[in-house]
Parts: sequence; C-alpha cells; structure tokens
Amino acid sequence: MNQAEKEAYLREYSILKNQGKPFFPYAVAKDSVMAVVVMIVIIFLAAMFGAELGPKADPTTTTYVPRPDWYFYFLFEVLRVMRNIPKFTDLATIGVPTICMILLFLLPFYDRSPERRIERRPVALAAGLTTIFAMAFLTYTGANTGSPNTVDLQPPASLTAQQKAIFRAGALVVGNSGCLACHVLGNNGNDGPGPPLTHIGRILRPEAIASTLRNPTAPMPSFAALAKQNPRQFYDLINFLGELQ
Amino acid sequence: MPKLPSPPLPKALRPAPRRPGEPDEKQATTPIEVAADAGISVVDWIDERTSLSGGIRWMMFRKVPRGINWFYTLGSATMFAFLNQAVTGVFLAMYYRPDAAGGAYESVRYLTDQAFLGQLVRAMHKWGASVMIILIFMHMARVFFFGAYKYPRELTWIIGVVLLILTMAMGFTGYLLPFDQRSYWATIVGVNINGTGPFLGPYLSDFLRAGPEFGATTLSRFYAIHMMLIPGLIAALIGAHLYLVSKLGISAPPWIKAQEEPELRQTTL
Ligand code: HEC
Ligand code: HEM
Repeated sequence: MNQAEKEAYLREYSILKNQGKPFFPYAVAKDSVMAVVVMIVIIFLAAMFGAELGPKADPTTTTYVPRPDWYFYFLFEVLRVMRNIPKFTDLATIGVPTICMILLFLLPFYDRSPERRIERRPVALAAGLTTIFAMAFLTYTGANTGSPNTVDLQPPASLTAQQKAIFRAGALVVGNSGCLACHVLGNNGNDGPGPPLTHIGRILRPEAIASTLRNPTAPMPSFAALAKQNPRQFYDLINFLGELQ
Repeated sequence: MPKLPSPPLPKALRPAPRRPGEPDEKQATTPIEVAADAGISVVDWIDERTSLSGGIRWMMFRKVPRGINWFYTLGSATMFAFLNQAVTGVFLAMYYRPDAAGGAYESVRYLTDQAFLGQLVRAMHKWGASVMIILIFMHMARVFFFGAYKYPRELTWIIGVVLLILTMAMGFTGYLLPFDQRSYWATIVGVNINGTGPFLGPYLSDFLRAGPEFGATTLSRFYAIHMMLIPGLIAALIGAHLYLVSKLGISAPPWIKAQEEPELRQTTL
C-alpha cells in the first residue's frame, strides 16, 4: 500500500466507523452470547468425556509409544514426512515449522496489496484454503501413525523371541534419545551431520559403539550419563545397534 | 484532546439540563438515594485519583463500524476460553504438587478421584485447552480472510502470532504436569524434537529440561513456565492486542462500502 492508498483507507474507515454503533452494548451483547456458548461447550465436553489419568510415569520402561495432544499431530506429521523424503531432509533440519512461523509473522509485510475482499485475492485464498486442508489432513494422518521419533526397523528373523524384545526396546531408546536428529536409521532420521547407522553393526563391534557413545567426537553429545543412570537402556541400545548388519 | 465518547443511553434516561427554578442539587432523602449517592462518591473518589473513567469510556463507548457480524466474536471467545483456563487452573494449583518423585502423579490422582468436583475442574481445564486452540485458529482465519491484518493493523497481527505460539507452548508444557506415562514420554520426545530445531533448538531444549538430561528439576521447570511465565506473558499481550484493537478501531467487513449519506454530514459536523 502506498501513501495515497493508506490515506484512502483511513478516510473510508472513519466514515464507516462514524456510521457504526457503540461497542457497548451492541458488540458486547454478541460477545457475551458467544462467551456463554463457549462455556456451555467446555462444560459439556468436560462432563461427557472427563479427564483420564494413565499409569504413573516410569522412566525405565521404553515400550511406551509417545503421543502428544491432538493439536500437535500436524507438527509431528510434518517432521515425520519431511524426514522420510531424502530430498527434503535438509529442509527438515533448517526447520519447516520455523519457516512457516516466519512466514506467518511477516504476512502483513509481503502481502501489501490494499485489496481486502477475499474473492479478489486469489493467491491469499488459495494459500489459506491449502493451509487449512493441509493442517486438517496432517492432523488426520498424524492421528493414525506413530511418533516421528520411532525407528521402523524390524528385528532380523534369526533372533530368538527374547533377543527380538531387546532389539525393539533398543529401537525405542534410540527414538527417545534424539539420535535421529543427526543419524539415518533405515527410513528414519536425518542424513547428517552424523554417519548413517543403518548398517553400523557391520562396521563397529558393540564395544566400539559403547565407547563411541561414552566418549564421542563433537558435535555428537556424550551418552555417558545414560549409561550410568540407566544401564539397562544403554545395554538395549548397544545391542540394537550391534544387530544392525 | 479529542472528546471522549459517552454512554449510548436512550433519550429518556439521559440527564436533563437543570431547568430554571429547580433547586441546585437535589438532597438525597430516601435510603436508596443515600446509598446511591454514597456509591457515586466512592467511584468519584477513585476516579479523582486514577482518571480511570476516561479509559473505560474510551474502550467501551467507541464505535464499531457497520456490518460487524458473528465472526468478530471469535477473538473475545478466545479470551474467554483463556479466562476459563486461568480460573480452573487456579483451582488445580490448589492441589497440585510439582514433585517428580511421585507426588505430582499422586496429587493429580487425588484431585481426579477424591477432591470435590476435582474431576470436572480438571476436565474443564483439559477440554478448555482444546477449545481455546480451535478458537484461536478460527479467529486467525477470520482475520486472514477479512484482510484485517493489513494497514494499519500489522502490529495487532504480529502480537497475535506471538499469542498463538504462547498458547501452543501452554499446551505443550501443561501436558507433562500429570506425570503419567503418556505425558512423560510425549514430553521427552517433544523436547528432543525441539533440540533438533535450527540455531536456538538445542539451547531451548536444554532450558526446558533444566540440563542435558530429563531430570527431577525438569518438572518444576515446566510447572513454573506453565503456571507463571507464559500465563503472565499471554495476559500482558492480550492487553496490548486489545489496546491496539480499540486504538485502531475494529476493521469493517471488506464488502461494506461507505456511502456518503446526506445525514452523515450533519452528524459529523
Ligand atoms: C548432535 C548430533 C548427534 C547426535 C544427537 C548423535 N550423534 Fe552419533 N555422531 C554424530 C557425529 C557428527 C558423528 C561422527 C563423529 C566423528 O566424526 O567421529 C557421530 C558418530 C556416531 C557413531 C560412530 C559412527 C562411525 O561410523 O564411526 C555412532 C555409533 C553414533 N554416532 C551413535 C549415536 C547414537 C546411538 C546416538 C543417540 C543415542 C547418537 N549417535 C546421537 C552426531 C550425533
Ligand atoms: C490469546 C489469543 C487471542 C485473543 C484473546 C485475541 C483477541 C482479540 C479480540 C477480542 C479482537 C477483537 C476483534 C475480534 O474479536 O475479531 C482481536 C482482533 C484481532 N486479532 Fe486477535 N486475539 C488472539 C489471537 C490472535 C492471533 C493468533 C492473531 C493472528 C495471528 C490475531 C490477530 C488479530 C488482528 C489482526 C485483529 C484486528 C482485527 C480487526 O480489527 O478486524 N489475534 N483479537
């Protein structure tokens, strides 16, 4: 908008405002009706569905699949999808959510046309509808998939049932420890800065993996604290990586 | 100094100018009149010291343009959902203990199973969060499709985006507090994902965890952020948001065009 358009808008607006009604009681009346509706909806939902409390938090179990609240599903889903498309892993590390947030912040600065009627703003209309459908779709698919930090690797058939259980537990530790931020494991994780771990068992023996985790080269963080506080999880982790032939 | 708008009283109720021959000031005689006078003098006393009435008149009796419709109630509905969170949150805080060793879970269990209406209040807080998120997105969609973020309301929009992020952050930090399996593991993963973000990511997740590991102080930190830091910020920013809305005037629906009416000239001059 240039100066003339700004002034035209302000002039037009002051006429419209002068022809309007006082905020109190006209707008306040509508707002109050809406407030009552909101309150009724909240009480209705609360009375109908209540609030459950699951089993107590237990840091030693790793067999729990983490679920965020529903309004974060779309975020989790974006991260999961981006990580699984190799071309986009760089984008995912720059942070698709960060980019979206910046775009949202700056909207008034790159959309500078004076037009306000949506039927005359085809780009805004398309972008708005696309965003709504994308968020609805991602929330829906996010509701039906695991979390982005799960590792979809299956244990080799040659293992015994007990070894398979340890394999799965180790995969969960990897998912919950943030390794996927820097390493690829099968279809999951980011390609870099760390090397892929999909076949790490071929390259390093379990003892070597364990010492890497205790004394890694920067920028990889040390997991010595995990080994000390949770030897069981650490053992599962090493075992899992060692099996990745 | 521009003239402040006055209350939109119907003609019959507006104070009439004193007629010649009437006494200067009517003496209060009945108890009701005395009580009303006492009330007025208290209000006057406060107003003499604060000049609040000017601000209230400015806020409440400003005009909203023609054509305002139900979509314009979504912002205040969001604010109302926030008030619901604040009030139910205070009651939850009366029972909650941020103790990762088991106290937190136990206190929520007590609240859910035993405290009078505890289950209902907790459910209202929980579902209120979802309702607030839905309303804030609907409000944002209304602002977007009406082009209401354009000149001169850009700053209102930016404060709005901050409010959106803070509201999501409330959802995230509140999720850990019951300290059951679900909240614990979801939060661990959430914080780790945070750590993969660009630039500030690792620092942010270290800040949230209160260190490189998810430990006993993590819960108190989430508690403090959820109970004091973010609610304070949200309340302050809602104030700034509403100040800007009143200052700039609420935008008219984009399809309404001003007609130059002959009466208008008379009323504005
Ligand atoms: C901040 C990023 C980062 C995170 C998080 C991370 N790593 Fe690494 N990792 C690296 C980098 C970079 C290297 C390569 C270091 C080098 O050059 O020696 C590496 C090396 C390794 C190696 C040695 C690979 C080889 O071929 O020599 C193993 C094994 C490993 N990481 C396992 C893990 C596991 C398991 C986790 C999770 C518990 C993890 N890493 C988390 C960055 C990371
Ligand atoms: C805690 C959350 C929020 C509250 C309580 C809130 C409250 C309000 C209220 C009461 C209004 C008055 C008009 C109306 O109701 O439509 C308003 C207007 C506005 N809001 Fe919000 N809002 C919030 C979040 C947001 C967000 C997320 C955005 C966008 C990113 C936003 C952008 C705006 C803009 C640009 C206006 C001016 C609209 C106009 O003048 O027509 N707000 N807000």
